Amino acid sequence: MQEIIIDLVNVSKNYNGTEALNNINLYIRKNEFVTLLGPSGCGKTTTLRIIGGFEKPSSGEVYFNGVKINDLPPYKRKVNTVFQKYALFPHLSVFENIAFGLKIKKMDKKIIDKKVREVLAMVNLAGYEKRKIDSLSGGQQQRIAIARALVNEPEVLLLDEPLGALDLKLRQEMQFELKNMQQRLGITFVYVTHDQEEALSMSDTIVVMKDGRIQQIGTPIDIYNEPKNAFVADFIGESNIINGTMVQDYLVNFAGLDFECVDSGFGQNEPVDVVIRPEDIQVVSEAESPLRGEVKTVTFKGVHYEMIVQSNGIHWKIHSTGMEPAGTRVGLKIVPDAIHVMRRVTAK
Amino acid sequence: MRRNWLSYPYLFWVLLFILLPLLLVLYYSITSITGEGIRFTLEHFQRFMEPIYLRVLFRSVKLAFISTVLCLLLGYPMAMILAGKNFKKKNVMVFLFVVPMWMNFLLRTYAWMTLLEKNGLINTFLARLGLSPLNILYTEKAVVLGMVYNFLPFMVLPIYSVLSKIDKSLIEAAEDLGANGITVFRKVIFPLSLPGVASGITMVFMPAVTTFVISRLLGGGQFTLIGNLIEQQFLVAGDWNFGSAISMVMMAVILLSIGIMSRYERENEGGGLW
Repeated sequence: MQEIIIDLVNVSKNYNGTEALNNINLYIRKNEFVTLLGPSGCGKTTTLRIIGGFEKPSSGEVYFNGVKINDLPPYKRKVNTVFQKYALFPHLSVFENIAFGLKIKKMDKKIIDKKVREVLAMVNLAGYEKRKIDSLSGGQQQRIAIARALVNEPEVLLLDEPLGALDLKLRQEMQFELKNMQQRLGITFVYVTHDQEEALSMSDTIVVMKDGRIQQIGTPIDIYNEPKNAFVADFIGESNIINGTMVQDYLVNFAGLDFECVDSGFGQNEPVDVVIRPEDIQVVSEAESPLRGEVKTVTFKGVHYEMIVQSNGIHWKIHSTGMEPAGTRVGLKIVPDAIHVMRRVTAK
Repeated sequence: MRRNWLSYPYLFWVLLFILLPLLLVLYYSITSITGEGIRFTLEHFQRFMEPIYLRVLFRSVKLAFISTVLCLLLGYPMAMILAGKNFKKKNVMVFLFVVPMWMNFLLRTYAWMTLLEKNGLINTFLARLGLSPLNILYTEKAVVLGMVYNFLPFMVLPIYSVLSKIDKSLIEAAEDLGANGITVFRKVIFPLSLPGVASGITMVFMPAVTTFVISRLLGGGQFTLIGNLIEQQFLVAGDWNFGSAISMVMMAVILLSIGIMSRYERENEGGGLW
């Protein structure tokens, strides 16, 4: 495992009494692609701004390579940021934008020229040196913003929803390119997004946040398959979240029926959240399952169909490559592996 | 396009009250009435080339230039403070800056006369403190003071409005790339504020170079500026032709200054996206 480059210890942040971050503990390893994921207002951008030095934590410590950097201003930090709306300097050309940081470091003009040309080639915009910023498309501006940050060879690159303004196709291309660049350059990326697909496809580690707290830290696969609570399950991918009761170890009751499951260690008859992914519910004939209902709606989603089946007072969301027309009576089969039992998240 | 007729009243207005008077001034400046009637001539412009008048032009431009520079030096920091995020009483301050402009221009300038008088408020105060009196009334300094006092808001407001519109993330981006406070100002804030500076300079320089009230009241008539010269030709000497010629020269000076300034304003036109 690589050594830790950034370490946030008990970091909290208040804005005039409003709590933006609550006791965040997070470490980031060298060369890791970490994504801070959550809905707007969850504190992901604040966390990024604290690492960048644009905000100071109200309490707690921020370490960079083991050195406390709480009070270090942004211009002294070895991190660079790709801002949400790119924040390119409109009065400067593409070359001047990218060379901005190098010129401040008083680097030799020839070296600057060389580095700018290299980084422009890397983001596939060779020959754009003299262009004005406002003559570029959104995707090109986005690449310039990345180039402007990368040319400084930061140890950590912070990216604040950098692809938010791009259309789907371009966004997917840029996701691929960013991931590629990160692996090639061996730079630590801290990436903020609210897009769970983006997080799943790019990250080594995902940090799911909500209301200023970290909900779960893990690999994309862990987070998808083993969400720690109903919020994570719902935010990462789609889920059926049902009230249930843990009857005993390996047996859970929901929708009026007992189901075998793989979870244990709950109290007897403890109320729990039961999470089932829409693709984990199989549609079978009525005879094959005690859980029966009627197909209410069918929507074609491209790769799959989405069916809503009403059964035992619950609207089940089901994703399947096959479909039954609305009005059909069906049975729903859920294997023990597909049932995720979670402790109730009590309201704070 | 089908609503073109809506612009006709304005077109009529422009013709009658702007274009026609301009042409008349031009006409007067290049004609002269002799015994045989009206003839075209450049003699009025030639007359303006006499040293006594050129000195007036030079003095007008010089005083206006000094006032503009002083307004810029005073106004820019003021605009920065106003635009700063830590300044809570922002609206009150902007309001206070604008309020004097609602008061009569003549009155404001006249007030300075009583303040600066030999036995005026300022000298009485200085005498109390045992300091030597300040005798700047009826000097160029008083004229410059009057110009700076009257025209400072015209410098502060355009700069303030440009500064307050600068995207804060640009400043953060500069810091992120290693720029400290001074470098951020030098490389980002100041260049981006140039359109405001340019319009501030234009808005101060123009009235300063044409004023005749300030120089008459605070200069005591000793410092004839180009505005005073025009006033004299029309109201005292009754020489409309020469007065018109001077007006044409002044227009040329103003057009020139606007031309220089608009180069800076135009630079940022394309940046409207940000």
